Amino acid sequence: MSTTTVGAPLTNSLTAGKLPKHTSLAVLAASWLVAGAVFLMLQLSGASEDFNIAGTLVFGTVLYGIAIYLLSYFVEGVRKAKDRLVTALVTAAFVVALLPLVSLVVTTVTNGLPAFLTPTFFTSSQRNVVGAGGGALHAVVGTLLITGLAGIISVPIGLLAAIYLTEYGRGRLARGITFFVDVMTGIPSIVAGLFAFALFSLLFDDPGIRFGFGGAIALCVLMIPVVVRSSEEMLKLVPNELREAAYALGVPKWLTIVKVVLPTSIAGIITGVMISISRVIGETAPLLIISGFTASMNYNLFSERMMTLPVFVYNQYANQGTDAQAYIDRAWAGALTLILIVMVLNGLARLIAKIFSPKLGR
Amino acid sequence: MSKRIEVTDLNAFYGKFLAVEGVSLTIEPRSVTAFIGPSGCGKSTLLRTLNRMHEVIPGAYVEGEVLIDGNNLYGPGVDPVLVRRQVGMVFQRPNPFPTMSIQDNVLAGVKLNNRRMSKGDADDLTEKSLRGANLWNEVKDRLNGPGSGLSGGQQQRLCIARAIAVEPDVILMDEPCSALDPISTLAIEDLIEEMKADYTIVIVTHNMQQASRVSDRTAFFNIAGTGKPGKLIEYDDTTTIFSNPSVQSTEDYVSGRFG
Repeated sequence: MSTTTVGAPLTNSLTAGKLPKHTSLAVLAASWLVAGAVFLMLQLSGASEDFNIAGTLVFGTVLYGIAIYLLSYFVEGVRKAKDRLVTALVTAAFVVALLPLVSLVVTTVTNGLPAFLTPTFFTSSQRNVVGAGGGALHAVVGTLLITGLAGIISVPIGLLAAIYLTEYGRGRLARGITFFVDVMTGIPSIVAGLFAFALFSLLFDDPGIRFGFGGAIALCVLMIPVVVRSSEEMLKLVPNELREAAYALGVPKWLTIVKVVLPTSIAGIITGVMISISRVIGETAPLLIISGFTASMNYNLFSERMMTLPVFVYNQYANQGTDAQAYIDRAWAGALTLILIVMVLNGLARLIAKIFSPKLGR
Repeated sequence: MSKRIEVTDLNAFYGKFLAVEGVSLTIEPRSVTAFIGPSGCGKSTLLRTLNRMHEVIPGAYVEGEVLIDGNNLYGPGVDPVLVRRQVGMVFQRPNPFPTMSIQDNVLAGVKLNNRRMSKGDADDLTEKSLRGANLWNEVKDRLNGPGSGLSGGQQQRLCIARAIAVEPDVILMDEPCSALDPISTLAIEDLIEEMKADYTIVIVTHNMQQASRVSDRTAFFNIAGTGKPGKLIEYDDTTTIFSNPSVQSTEDYVSGRFG
């Protein structure tokens, strides 16, 4: 084994067979073509009525997995072949997970856009509207008011509870709170609605009570445990070293929490709050019970029924009038509005989180 | 500004576990005292009892007395926050506040305590503290940059600047150089030498050369075995400890013949 042998070609012992760079893409396209050709033949022979796109993609992808594994196995060896197969599986799983979401967005946009774009949709309520026309302003206002109030009540309670659990809580009380928070995250939303309804109908001695504030309370029951859980996890991530550094400078504990712990974890806390808002903004059942539904505007949380977007969607769909299509269009437009509100909130949360999060880099 | 520390019959516990037993020693003002000894012998625990940081850990408590200029830190009604304003601390790993700029990190002791300060005073204090920590020339052009953007050695000196900005009487250092390279270590050792003129400094170190370079007096701690409490074995002038110790185990440890 001498490297000075004259004339012998020098080969690097670290090289191995390798497929060209874009092989996998080419194999994927070829697999789809083959599957497509099969389905085209089926169509031409009359076995199926029209060209099966879904079948082409599914069988093409399966074919791709087999083809790339075999190809890679013979050229690159078993380790690379497994790697390529698993890559294909993981990517396919990702696409499958994404499909319902994409399908949902596309359906909502195509069905909801016509009514969404009518000029009256954001300027009027459903009052005295029986056919087409009218709008969802009352529902948008109701959703924003009820969810906003629920957030104003839940975020301070939830955040302070999380601070208690991470910074102060020891022993039985803390364990009890943690346990009940975990239990509360599993409460079915209809139970929260029934709780709020029972509470207020007993308090005001009114067996038919319906008002927005009750809806906000029902949403709080659902929202507080989510805020506590997510904020607690974020606060736990703050390194103890930072707390000790502040203590060592003679900073009292509460100022350490306010000025060191919270700013360090604010990005995660805001994200958690936004997730909790997204969780409750689409709740239908509790609001149906305690806030009721109405066709009119109502800006007052403390009296009379109040419409919200999810209930609006449900109501438009469930109680269609003579012009059924107009009601269904409005239901889709309401759903689209709800999705857009959640998206805007999420965008805002990301922006805020980016502004407040600790800056790194030199 | 510097003060004498007297420790009498101090026991430190973590829950039921006795970590340090029966330590008595006196630390003179304007001196550097080094704590050396094997891992787990209670050096850091003892250091943390000197500014009541020990009790921050749940379940930890202290018996005995620590007097700073005659005032007992563990007397009834003593506010740990006031103690920590007089006894600053530098930790093993540099821990600048990630949400703050370099200047805000230096002023953290002031700002976090909600004290108001004019911009001129704040700038003066920043420059004075950073000069004191030998960092001014390196960061003067980027005081508003993030503190976490500095190198490890610079971050540690930033933490020292932060500690001296609150003008304590005593500075405790818990292995301040263990995460640093030799050049940064040298910078911090030079700094300790300069700071000795104004402060009482107590330093925990695993590096015996460092102890012999920077300290005036050295305390050697040891444990009898795992799960046993750490004890003060010998406390004397650094030169005596390293050249002519009176206890056999000290000699074994400083000469590297331990165990």
